This record gives sequence, structure tokens and C-alpha cells, in this order.
Amino acid sequence: MIFKKLRNSFSQVPLLGWLLGAVIAVLLERYLGDGLADVLGLPKIPVLFGFLIMLKKPLLIPSALIFVLLIYALPISGVARLSAPFINRLVAWLFKFPTIISVVLHLGFLYAILHLWSDVSAYRVLTLKLTMIAIMVTLSLNVVNGYMGEFSCSHPGFMALGAYAASVFTVVLFAKDRLFGSAILPSALGPYMFPVALIIGGLVASLGALAIAIPSFRTRGDYLAIISLAFMFIVKSMIENLEVVGGPRGLSSQPDYASLPTVFLWTVACVWIINNFVRSTFGKALCAVRDDEMAANAMTVNTRQTKIVAFLFSAFWAGVAGGLFAHVLRYVNPGTFGLQKLAEVLAMVYFGGLNSVYGSIVGAVSLSMLGEALRPLEIFKWIIIPLLLILVMIYRPTGLIAFKEFDVKKLIEPKHEPEKEV
Amino acid sequence: MSRRKKYRMPLLHIDKMSHDFGGLRAVNNYHLTVESGQIRGLIGPNGAGKTTIFNLITGIYKPTEGDIYLENKKITGLEPHRIAHMGIGRTFQNLQLWRHMTVLEHVKMACYSKITYGLIGAFFGTPKRHREEEKIETKAHDLLKVVGVDHIADQIVINLPYGDQRRVEMARALAIEPKILFLDEPTAGMNPEELNQMMEIIRHVHRELGLAIFLIEHRLKMVMELCEIIQTLDFGRVIAEGTPEEIQNDPKVIDAYLGKEVVL
Repeated sequence: MIFKKLRNSFSQVPLLGWLLGAVIAVLLERYLGDGLADVLGLPKIPVLFGFLIMLKKPLLIPSALIFVLLIYALPISGVARLSAPFINRLVAWLFKFPTIISVVLHLGFLYAILHLWSDVSAYRVLTLKLTMIAIMVTLSLNVVNGYMGEFSCSHPGFMALGAYAASVFTVVLFAKDRLFGSAILPSALGPYMFPVALIIGGLVASLGALAIAIPSFRTRGDYLAIISLAFMFIVKSMIENLEVVGGPRGLSSQPDYASLPTVFLWTVACVWIINNFVRSTFGKALCAVRDDEMAANAMTVNTRQTKIVAFLFSAFWAGVAGGLFAHVLRYVNPGTFGLQKLAEVLAMVYFGGLNSVYGSIVGAVSLSMLGEALRPLEIFKWIIIPLLLILVMIYRPTGLIAFKEFDVKKLIEPKHEPEKEV
Repeated sequence: MSRRKKYRMPLLHIDKMSHDFGGLRAVNNYHLTVESGQIRGLIGPNGAGKTTIFNLITGIYKPTEGDIYLENKKITGLEPHRIAHMGIGRTFQNLQLWRHMTVLEHVKMACYSKITYGLIGAFFGTPKRHREEEKIETKAHDLLKVVGVDHIADQIVINLPYGDQRRVEMARALAIEPKILFLDEPTAGMNPEELNQMMEIIRHVHRELGLAIFLIEHRLKMVMELCEIIQTLDFGRVIAEGTPEEIQNDPKVIDAYLGKEVVL
């Protein structure tokens, strides 16, 4: 009863309200966090909502919980609830202008939160960047495995192609490196050329995808899974044997272009474009092909072309994500893009939910965060995460949030008081 | 003027079409000429090759021998989506709907080949895309009204009762703007009331849209009432062709079909 009342009361908080609450929370942490951590006997501000500390030193569990409660839970919920009437009116007023203005405002808030939150430690920045890259890869794989209903195993291969293509581009042009010698162009130009590098990475990945698509989309079935798995291994061993790019030792000295705002903007672009695509009639054609290819073909859908285009499109974003990945770590080696990466990405897709942009975001964020949070458990981490996956597969076979449309307008619109139940 | 033209050139013309599945001749020397605006029926016992003929004409199989002409253009061997775009709409015997999509999405999907906004529109949501999507949405609603399921446009199709699913499939076939509509047992599994409604819909689209209709049916009541000319098929061969009265009284038909099982 109380639970339901709480839920009703909070359901009228618009997204902007929650964002505002989160801004307050991260500001609190920034200015009061150190002091509070001292008082509670914590060594420093808990970097990942106290998970790491709780698992490392069980004695500190109460302090960590209090910290999370005081810094995050109470301010966020309090501010969100109290500001709801005012924020609702503000959001409604903003809706009089083109939607893009509200969207940009929300994204601005979101970025501010991420920026302030991650400013506290370098570890947070890295986790955040890798999480956003995971969102891109998961989303791109969902286009093939979810929307199109085929099973592709080659996304780590596409990432590798993108990572190496983008790295070679930036390292040759803008960095001094033992493999490629000194920079060709002035390094001041570099950041402006970084999008070009990523797009080249994406296009190279698409080219690789074409090599898979031509033989495997003649028929349906397991062909794609097998061919794409082979492709992943071919890419890996090809790079291992290419001494030009460092072979198995990998390629380093990528310039530091992948800053937080850059990764954030690319992730937003990726989500926006993929969401546009899957909601258009062209994107829906993928679902039609998946559910009944013969009927799709009889209803004027050019099924083969649809599948190939979607596959190349998906590979493109995996390539872009790979390029970002290489520049975030500033080091890349072929060993990264193997079976383990594949398992990770597949888990994110199936955990989050097939056929859903929400699902991919949720899957990527929750599994990346979980992976980090459970790090102190070492080997047990690899028992807990698969167990969770199995549970999800049993109770929700298509994933947590499957077959749900990502409607930006609905997400940010003002919320009204729920109808009173009689 | 158009009337004259129609009579000079048949809408759909098939001559000496045969098809083998391995060593089995499933369709033998099949011929058909449909003028625009006609309603034609195809009957025959189970396994006679009726659906195979549909699949051959709509491009799912390629005939072993013979050619198919739609408005004097040869369509033999073209891909199904090309043939559909040229004007053959169809429904399926066992309802091939897309189980995760809504009613509205089904009808919109059949407008695929008429969309011109291209990939740029799909990726970036250009104004042109919004205009076109709105246009086909209006069209889809209109078609759903014709078949009487507009009130459930947002439902996932798999949750609907069987009769409604048949209607959705009909609306979907109409959305490709066909010149001729192929209906593969449109009333299979329907109760008498639904049957009458479906016949009303078929008459309506025939009258309002001036479509030619070619239908496979098991229920003789329906074929006899609707069709102008009926072909009877047995073991892949046309054994009789004529008006409903002629067919009903043809001894060969009675032997092959009516003699065993009278549904009238």
C-alpha cells in the first residue's frame, strides 16, 4: 500500500525532474563528499556507489549505505518530487517550441551530471567511456540479432577493423610513433579530423561486413552465425600477423582525442540514428523479414537488400565504437577482440532485451556497471553474472525490456497525476 | 477508352505453365487468362496444386516451363517483391502475419516499395520522411476502415481473433495497390457470420477499387456466389473451366471433387 502510494507520487516526476535531482546529488558529492566520507570513516568517496567498498571491506557496509543514502538517494528523490509541479510546467512550456530544444536541454543536463560525477576520479571517467562504447556496440548488434533475427558473431571483428583503421589514420597523421615515424600533419588539426578517423573506421568495418553479407544472406538459417564467427577469427589472426600495425603486440600512442564529451556526442548520435532507422518503414522491414520473410517479400519488401543494408549499417557503428575504444585506451591489440568480447556483447544484447533500443542501453549499462562493481569478488564475478543471465533467460526469454519502442517525446514529456483509482 | 484497352490486353495471361518438384509434376500445362475486373475461382481437392500455382505466379517458385505475363510484361522468374510491386497482391492460406508487429505497421509495411525517402531519410528523420510516413499512415487507416479493423490499429496482430487477422492480411494485400488480388482460402477457419462479412469485403473491394480477384476456396458456397468463371484442378491439371453452373454439373468435377465431399 505504502509502496503503491510512493510509486503514484513519483510517477508524476518528469525526466527533467530526475535529472535535476541527479545534478544536485553530484554537486553535493563534489563539495561535501570528502567531508562526509571522513565522518563516516570511509577512506575516500566511494567511486561506484559504494559497491567496491562494501565487497572489499564488509565492515564498512553501513557507512557506505549511509553515504549513498545521504548523497544520492535522498537528494535525488527529494528534489525530483518537490520540484515536480514546477518542472512539469516548465517542460510543458518547452513543448511549445520544437522538440529539439527540449531534447538538447535534457542532453545538456545528462552530460552535466556525467561530467560532474566522473570528475571525481579518473577511474570513473574510464568506466563511463567504456560503458558508452558498450552501448554503441550493443545497440549495433541488436540491429542484427534483435531486429533482423539473424545471429551475428562478428561484431568484435568489426570493432577490431574500426579500431585499427581509425588508429592507423590518427597515428600516421598526427602522432610520433615507433612504427610509423613522426606526424605528417600538425597535431593541432587532429581533434577536428577525429570524426573522419572514426567514420573511416566504420566504413572499413562495413566493407568487412559486405564480405560476410554476400555469401550468407542468400538463404536464412545458421549460415550467418558460422560465417561471421569465422570472420571474427580471421580478422583477429590477420591483425596478429600484420607486423605493419604491430602484430600481436598491438598498436599504441593513439592521440588523446576521445574525451568524455566526444564519446558522449558519438553515443548520442549512434542512439539517435539507430533509433530513427529502426522506427522507419525501412527498419520495420527488418522485423517483417525476421517474422516471415516470404510474406515480406510478397508485400514488396526487397528482403535481401534490406538485410544487407542493415548488416552494413550495424557493422558501421561497431567500427565507430571500435575506433573510440582504441582512442579511449590509447592502446589496442588483437587479443582484445576475441571470444570474450563476443560473449560480453552478446550477453548485453540478450540481457537488456531484443528488438529494443531501451533494452540495449539498459543491458550495456547494467552489465558494464555490474562487471565493475563485482570486480573485488574476482573469480566469483564470473559465476554471478552468468547466473543472472540464466535467470533472465528463464523468466524473460527475450530480455529485460524487449520489443519496446524508444520514443524520445514520450520520455521527456510532462507527467500528470495518475488517475485516481475508485 | 479504358474499357476497350482492357479487352484487347488481358490483365494476367499464363500459357502452358508446368512445374516439377523433383520428379513430381505438380502443375501440368496450366493456362489462365484474367481480364481486369474479373473474379476468378480455383477449386480442387487437397493437394491438387492450387497453392503451388499461386506461388508460381507470385514468384516464390520459378516455373519449369511456360511464361507468365502481367499486362503483356513477362514476369516469369522475377523476384516476388518485384512482382508484387508490379501489381499482384496476395494473402496466404495459413496467415503469414508478422507476429511482433501492430495492425497498422502491417499495412504500412506493404507500402515499402512506394517509399522514396531512402536511407538518408531513415537515418536522420528528414521532413520528407515525416511527410511520407504520414501519408502512408493515412492510407493504411483508410484501408483498415475498408476491412473494418481500424479500431484495433495499434494492437499486436498476434493477439487478435482469427477473423480479424484475416482482415488484416486482406488490408495488407490491398496496400500494395494491386491490379489483381490473389486470395488463398480467405475464409478458412471462419464461422458463417465471419464468412458473410468476408464475402461482403471481397465484393466491396471488387466494386470500389475495380480489382480483379483470383481466389482459391474450399467452401463452394463462396466460390459459386462470387466467381464469374471457375477452374477445377486435379493432380495439377485443369479438368474443367466454366461458369459456376457449368462446373456444378460437370461430371468430371463431380467425380474429382464434389462426388466425395459436398459442402454446399
